[in-house]
Amino acid sequence: MTADFFVQLLAQGAQMTFVLLIAPLAVGVVRRVKALLMRRQGAPLLQAYLDLAKLVRKESVIAESASWLFRSAPYLIFALTWVAAALVPSFASGLMFNWAADVVALVALLGAARALLALAGMDVGTSFGGIGSSREMMIATLAEPAMMLIVLTLAIAAGTTRLAGVADFFIAEPFAVRVSMALSLIALVIVALAENARIPVDNPVTHLELTMVHEAMVLEYSGRHLALIEAASHLKLVLYLSLLVCLFAPFGMAPADAGLAGWLIGLAAWIIKILACAALLGVWEVSIAKMRVFRLPDFLGVAFVFGFLAILLAFLTRGVFA
Amino acid sequence: MPELYVLGVALGALAVAAILAAVTRGPALAFVYPLSALAATVIGIVDLGALLRGGELAAVLPIGLPAIGLHLRLDTLSAFFGIVINGGVLAASVYGMGLDRTHELTPRVEPLFPLFAAAMNLVLIADDAYAFLFSWELMSLASWALVAARHTDPESRRAAHLYLVMAAIGTAALLFAFGGLAGPTGGYAFDTIRHHRPAPLIAALILAAALVGCGSKGGLIPLHAWLPLAHPAAPSHVSALMSGVMTKVAIYGFVRIAFDLLGPPAWWWALPPIILGVVTAVLGLLYAVLDRDLKRVLAYSTIENVGVIFVALGLALAFRANGQNEGAAVAMAAALLHVLNHSWFKSLLFLGAGAVLHATGRRDLDGLGGLIHRMPRTAAFFLVGALAISALPPLNGFVSEWLLFQAVIAAPELPQAALHFASPAIGAMLALAAALAAACFVRVYGTAFLGRPRSVEAANAHDVPLAQQIAMGGLAFLCILGGLLGSVLAVALAPVLGDLVSTGLPIGEGPTPFSLIAFDPARSVYDAPVIALFVAIASLTTLVVVHRISERRSRRGPAWDCGFPDPSPVTQYTASSFAQPLRRVYGTLAFASRETVEMPPPGDQRPARLSVVVVDHLWRVFYATPGRAVLNLSSRLNVLQFLTIRRYLVLMFAALVLLLALAAVTT
Repeated sequence: MTADFFVQLLAQGAQMTFVLLIAPLAVGVVRRVKALLMRRQGAPLLQAYLDLAKLVRKESVIAESASWLFRSAPYLIFALTWVAAALVPSFASGLMFNWAADVVALVALLGAARALLALAGMDVGTSFGGIGSSREMMIATLAEPAMMLIVLTLAIAAGTTRLAGVADFFIAEPFAVRVSMALSLIALVIVALAENARIPVDNPVTHLELTMVHEAMVLEYSGRHLALIEAASHLKLVLYLSLLVCLFAPFGMAPADAGLAGWLIGLAAWIIKILACAALLGVWEVSIAKMRVFRLPDFLGVAFVFGFLAILLAFLTRGVFA
Repeated sequence: MPELYVLGVALGALAVAAILAAVTRGPALAFVYPLSALAATVIGIVDLGALLRGGELAAVLPIGLPAIGLHLRLDTLSAFFGIVINGGVLAASVYGMGLDRTHELTPRVEPLFPLFAAAMNLVLIADDAYAFLFSWELMSLASWALVAARHTDPESRRAAHLYLVMAAIGTAALLFAFGGLAGPTGGYAFDTIRHHRPAPLIAALILAAALVGCGSKGGLIPLHAWLPLAHPAAPSHVSALMSGVMTKVAIYGFVRIAFDLLGPPAWWWALPPIILGVVTAVLGLLYAVLDRDLKRVLAYSTIENVGVIFVALGLALAFRANGQNEGAAVAMAAALLHVLNHSWFKSLLFLGAGAVLHATGRRDLDGLGGLIHRMPRTAAFFLVGALAISALPPLNGFVSEWLLFQAVIAAPELPQAALHFASPAIGAMLALAAALAAACFVRVYGTAFLGRPRSVEAANAHDVPLAQQIAMGGLAFLCILGGLLGSVLAVALAPVLGDLVSTGLPIGEGPTPFSLIAFDPARSVYDAPVIALFVAIASLTTLVVVHRISERRSRRGPAWDCGFPDPSPVTQYTASSFAQPLRRVYGTLAFASRETVEMPPPGDQRPARLSVVVVDHLWRVFYATPGRAVLNLSSRLNVLQFLTIRRYLVLMFAALVLLLALAAVTT
């Protein structure tokens, strides 16, 4: 029992390390692909690591009106996002603590990180911080209902809300990809774009005041605090990519009882899938423009409608074939 | 039954306190609070014992109506709600001990406080319709008098008036409900009622009357309009009682009628509470997110939470009607835990609002700001409450929210098409409500406690007395503990769940003893302690590692603000500006809100103006129009006051003829 226990613990620790390590690389891939497609020189692939290393070492300038909340929020946001990312099955489905949070709890963990970030944005008392926080929370109110519909569809299909359970279901029945799953996929992609502040919802490279959402919230951060916030947003990107591949492309993922070989295959498959998705994200980002803030309800409304259709189709197919 | 005697003595002590306080003046009134705290503790312990032991205690006293007597009974359901209520009373009393003895005690509040507490306790142990309605009315009147305490303020008077009207309508509805429950033979003891099965149509009418009666007390839309006026009008610790606790008595009433007295449910009974609950949850928060008064925002959020609880109760009815007891247990556990959790965090938030009001004299969000520097403890406690009410893990609000979502996710397994097609809509609306709650409380906390002070009062605020800090701190501690040990609470709930839906949650079958489990460990697990431990380890590791790598240097400087920091605090985002995107997205639909910008032409020196029009459709349709109709009718009927004797005789004769004709036709 104990040997097995330590192997499992090690695997869980490995997952926590892997998500942390791959996150800046995924962001680097997105940026690199965008640069290539725009015929720019672009930054090196590993620039995100260097940025983080530089930021961590730099002095942190804190506004005079900032409180303890502003200084402690980055640590909590980073930890919450990291734990959430570590709970999504990546290279293996039955990791030790996958059961601790189901998909509802996972979404809520990210919600906690977001609420803390929005509070931190309002702490200094500037207009930019407020604009970012208020828009971020507005976008969340649009994204969460759609996310709930996706969760409901998955739960109807797999009969569980545990991510590992859903992944196991799709590994066991890879051809259970019905129309409703395709619709859910589109909905989840839209939600993921919104949650990660990507184009067309938000532009991660902008500093133009009218278009900022995420960047406006973190405007006052610098040094190690900024590094943590940036690392958390990289982790969140990997989390959503992991979630997408875990739910809709679980092939290669090691099942609960796989040995070391299974895990290695799973790991290789996972890294390839994450980086491929990151490259796709880069392609998507150069091919579409940022939307006006008040067009977002329409965009996220699409996710909502697709989520709803997915459920109705799931009901119908179940009604016909059950 | 020594417990019942203890209970009687404690309630008697509250009554004596009320009477003594009525003849006391000045600082001596302060005795009310320690005494209420003691009585609440004693009753709470008796309730806890009754809940954990299961079973029931009953007594019949030879007072009350001649033929009936006074039936009292303490079963697991009353015991559970008793714990909720006395916890709230205890917190409010401890807070009350910190009130300024020379300035803040008034004979208009202190005598009524123990009376209000006693009346709520009486509702729970009443075991016949008369006792129930009597104590319900006592509770309404005591709270009405507390709302009217600041009667010199026209706002308070208006709130009290509206509350009185709505309370009367609610009690009248409950009167009909109990009339229907008792049936034509008229056995008003609950035990007799339980054995009487009303016909389906009558049962439907009873359910509707119970929804109106209990819904109006709890603030179910469209019967909510009094609540956001009345709850904030009372002194803050009483607001905490009204919002955190009295709404729970309303929910108790509904549970007692729908799950206990009315007999086995039909599946469609679930629809009215679910639909009203969902609408209440979303609209309540939309109101909250647009309001600028700290206490009114909290009151609107109470409406939302009551809506959420009614959704859970409706789902429990649906599962129970279909014999799916496991689902019913999940939904019922969600409802009851949310009752408990909401009583903690809403009391905490109202006490925090009271502290802010005490420290600054203001409740308008746009006049506050930066209180985290001036009132650090209150700010920390309020933060816990704000995060808990936003249903964020690992705090207690999320435990009940998680269970509720599990119940919604299971709803497609119900056989009725109406229910399983409704489940995605319910889920989406609840998710919207949860996201709006987070937005609402980020807004409240961000404008009141964070940023820079927007007024002199906010800049010179100071933290409140120790007793008030203890009251808030205790509730904040409970919010954290309840979040981590939600599964322990669920185990404690097992006797109530057993009585109401015949099964509990499968706690203890999961990976750890603290795993919260819905249905089956293979299906849905949420383990708060493990997640909290992970987050704690991860953040501490990060802290150590980052501090090791970095040189830990930090410097204070002016805000960056994109290079153009403006020293005036007016340039901050206000509560109104924070709500603007939400108003544009949701308000145009729900409130027909319109923004017009009046921009003077170039060269003109007048300032540009932004004006916003928001229409409260619910008030217009359900209150203003009927109110006008009643006034209209009464002014027309006024003519009848000025007739001659002859005409009165004619009218009486006509009435007599009409009645005789009616009697002839019906027989």
